[in-house]
Amino acid sequence: MPGEKLSLYIHIPFCIKKCNYCDFLSFPTGGRNTPLAERYAAALLREAEALRGGSLSEACQVDINQARGQSYQVDINQVGDPSRQVDINKPVKSIYFGGGTPNILSSEWITRILCKLKRLFTIEKDAEISIELNPGVYEEKERHRELEALKEAGINRISIGLQSACAAELKRLGRIHDLTAFLKLYEEALNCGFENINVDLMTGIPLQTCDSFARTLEKVLELRPKHISAYSLIVEEGTPFGEVPLKSLDLPDEDEEYEIYLMTRRVLKQAGYERYEISNYALPGYECAHNLVYWDRGDYLGLGLGAASLIGDLRFSNTGQLQKYLSAPGDARENIHKLTEKEAMEEFMFLGLRKTAGVSRADFKRAFGYDMDEIYGEIIAGEEGAGLMEEDGDMVRLTERGMDAANRVMSKFLL
Amino acid sequence: MSISEDHIRNFSIVAHIDHGKSTLADRIIEKTGLLTEREMQDQVLDNMELERERGITIKSQAVRTVYQAKNGEEYIFNLIDTPGHVDFNYEVSRSLAACDGAILVVDASQGIEAQTLANVYLALDHDLEVFPVINKIDLPSARPDEVAAEIEDIIGIEAADAPRISAKQGIGIEDVLEAIVEKIPAPTGDPKAPLKALIFDAVYDSYKGVIVFIRVMDGVVKKGTPIKFMATGAADEVIEVGYFGAGQFIPCDELSAGMVGYITASIKELKQTRVGDTVTNSAQPCAEALPGYKKVNPMVYCGVYPADSAKYPDLRDALEKLQLNDASLVYEPETSIALGFGFRCGFLGLLHLDIITERLEREYDMDLVTTAPGVVYRIHKADGELMELTNPANMPDPSEIDYMEEPYVSAEIMVSTEYLGAIISLCQERRGIQTGMDYIETTRVLLKYELPLNEIIYDFFDALKSRSRGYASFDYELSEYKRSELVKLDILINHEYVDALSFIVFKDNAYERGKRMCEKLKEEIPRQLFDIPLQAAVGGKIIARETIKAYRKDVLAKCYGGDISRKRKLLEKQKEGKKKMRQIGSVEIPKKAFLNVLKLGDE
Repeated sequence: MPGEKLSLYIHIPFCIKKCNYCDFLSFPTGGRNTPLAERYAAALLREAEALRGGSLSEACQVDINQARGQSYQVDINQVGDPSRQVDINKPVKSIYFGGGTPNILSSEWITRILCKLKRLFTIEKDAEISIELNPGVYEEKERHRELEALKEAGINRISIGLQSACAAELKRLGRIHDLTAFLKLYEEALNCGFENINVDLMTGIPLQTCDSFARTLEKVLELRPKHISAYSLIVEEGTPFGEVPLKSLDLPDEDEEYEIYLMTRRVLKQAGYERYEISNYALPGYECAHNLVYWDRGDYLGLGLGAASLIGDLRFSNTGQLQKYLSAPGDARENIHKLTEKEAMEEFMFLGLRKTAGVSRADFKRAFGYDMDEIYGEIIAGEEGAGLMEEDGDMVRLTERGMDAANRVMSKFLL
Repeated sequence: MSISEDHIRNFSIVAHIDHGKSTLADRIIEKTGLLTEREMQDQVLDNMELERERGITIKSQAVRTVYQAKNGEEYIFNLIDTPGHVDFNYEVSRSLAACDGAILVVDASQGIEAQTLANVYLALDHDLEVFPVINKIDLPSARPDEVAAEIEDIIGIEAADAPRISAKQGIGIEDVLEAIVEKIPAPTGDPKAPLKALIFDAVYDSYKGVIVFIRVMDGVVKKGTPIKFMATGAADEVIEVGYFGAGQFIPCDELSAGMVGYITASIKELKQTRVGDTVTNSAQPCAEALPGYKKVNPMVYCGVYPADSAKYPDLRDALEKLQLNDASLVYEPETSIALGFGFRCGFLGLLHLDIITERLEREYDMDLVTTAPGVVYRIHKADGELMELTNPANMPDPSEIDYMEEPYVSAEIMVSTEYLGAIISLCQERRGIQTGMDYIETTRVLLKYELPLNEIIYDFFDALKSRSRGYASFDYELSEYKRSELVKLDILINHEYVDALSFIVFKDNAYERGKRMCEKLKEEIPRQLFDIPLQAAVGGKIIARETIKAYRKDVLAKCYGGDISRKRKLLEKQKEGKKKMRQIGSVEIPKKAFLNVLKLGDE
């Protein structure tokens, strides 16, 4: 539940090379440990250090009357840095290094950052500490050393971006690795004692067919990772894919993509993976705790360029401008937005419904003081009538068909 | 200010579309010193934003300028700009009736086109003195001598000494101004006779009320004159008289015989002011009204509905306001099972419809659903009753119908011989009956057809253009009602009858149209959660069918690092998109589909 525990997200906005579909905040560097990346890592340490001394008690109080009705942007000069509202004494239940490509930084930097966080925060013993790895980054000789060092630093979960096992598809995506590099990284990770591993896959990508994705799944299932994410490609404006005519991308057609999606669901289920969220599958007990925090609207603090945070009813993010961040990392909070009750309820629904377990009526009542049906009764009944939602005791959730139509259903929960 | 009639020239400019009518008007205004070049906005006379955008004149406009002629005398020019579209033929005829002469503008490379002929004949019908001007001589493809010969051969008016000009470049404008003085006759009214003035347009102004545009034929009108409109019978006292500056009304003391200007009285409703009506002095009325007045009737009807049914009162208010300025717009409330409360609106033609709906959306911020436009059918019922059908949904059961009639137009199409075959087959497909075919030169033909209005209102012009690669021109006027075999085609979406999609079609075309309607609907309606059968039916019998397959999935993937802002935006967009949909039964139909399905294209 919000407020009791804390999660941390650390953004590393660098990649060797940008992928053709990527519109995340990330800069190509051409190599590992460039001076810029190191300056950035140092800035991260400073940003974290600036949190010291902050606590809820000295946090500014945003006028609650203003928060009723319309949402509004909060002026940082008036209310102070919202990260100061973070009670750093709260137990941290998960930490996530995302990117970009976090392993573009050497393990020493990751270690330093983690040490700093450990000094600042109370990190729970069994906290989930994840890092994303690109298989194409490590040189042959450093792979073992780097992974061992990450393990040593306290990382206990790794997430490897494979996307596809098919060479031609990887090439079209603009990925810098191949299947072999992935397999070597995976094997080395096991050797180094990582047992909680996620593999990221993409569907609906250029050249993909049902058969090719079946082969990708087969390769991955041979390894039996604890967790598999399968995201579908979204062609975004401003990316290389977004610049060319859609036809030239050789995407699978709508029917084929749906087949791929159904097959993913079916094959992973047979293999014992539970789909606990729209795009995420896990062996029992290996759901990604950090991922769930987002959907459960738990408190999370983002560190690094452009990183997003939710603390109580404040959403904010860091500046996306690299120079600005590097020069004053302790002063990077921007876009502070105090959620209205309405927005918070909307989020509760459209984020919560991403989970196959759905949303809890009791939690809704506890959070907002209303019965869910007072606000959404009619909509839920309508969607249930259409076979897109269903109830199971206290929980309200999407049906499988409802998951297919998730966006349509969720958009109805905007008040 | 007293001006003798022999120093007044009242004229208009007639031309085929794009031959340079408005540009020449601008040059005339500019050269006669009414406005400096800097003050000139392009095409002064096209006032409405829409007119500027579409490059056509929708309402009549008039402007008065003063010209210092080479003979040393000053002349008052009243230039009356006429609407440039067949939808407004009656308005054109009344504007021409307010003039004594007309300048015919012909493009030096295009030569005579269908509208050139239609407009010239209209001007000659009003006994106007017409002199030609050959425009766009600066274009490399210009062939002024040939075009001059063409004008003499085809229209039979003197063209050898026609000014050769480029309105765009400002070449030859002086010649045109001199020709206006020399060739356009001065008015010859009697200022001492009882007042007799022609209403050629009217606009509504929220301060002044209705502003009536008049040409005084005989007599004088001034402030305080008791006036009467002879056809509508409305009577009042004149509050203000004046003439037309560039885009403004300039009050003056009086308007006497031969002059063009405006009057205001405390007239609140434009309905009482009908174009073509005669204004006279109620204390000393003229013996008879001016000829040519008629009440114009709408030719095309369609349903106009607010997208959000709560906006029905807003739509009613907006229509009321538009009607203040456009008496030819008619509307009455109607209800549709599919679309709720709305109005059946009557228009002069498809362009008029387009303009009104666009103004409703732009100026009144209305979000509209419009149904397919249709013509007015006459139904002779078995019991002898004659019914005018403007809404297909109201068609009686076939057993009650003796026979039906539909309106026809007389059309003139000018086409180069190269495309003659293509155009003839187009007219045949549209059930046209050829009534004439004249070679006007060895390479160009004037085709005359009787065509059902219903066949030309949607996309005939587009088809004509595409089949002639733009080398055909077209003009028409309503001719008569003819008996016809017509049926009502119904559309069922997911087995539900959608009244707003019904339309009347020629019996032999029902199958083809039904099939194409279903295909088009399949394109227009997005895939939904379930399969949607689309059916076309005549008299309960299904004649065509398509299926929209259920959509597959609609899932947003990544939501990176807990940044949910993009996700929220996407959902909001989706919610917005839903507003553009109409729920019919359990199917969501994009609002545009109701109109788009009728644009069947031309294969």
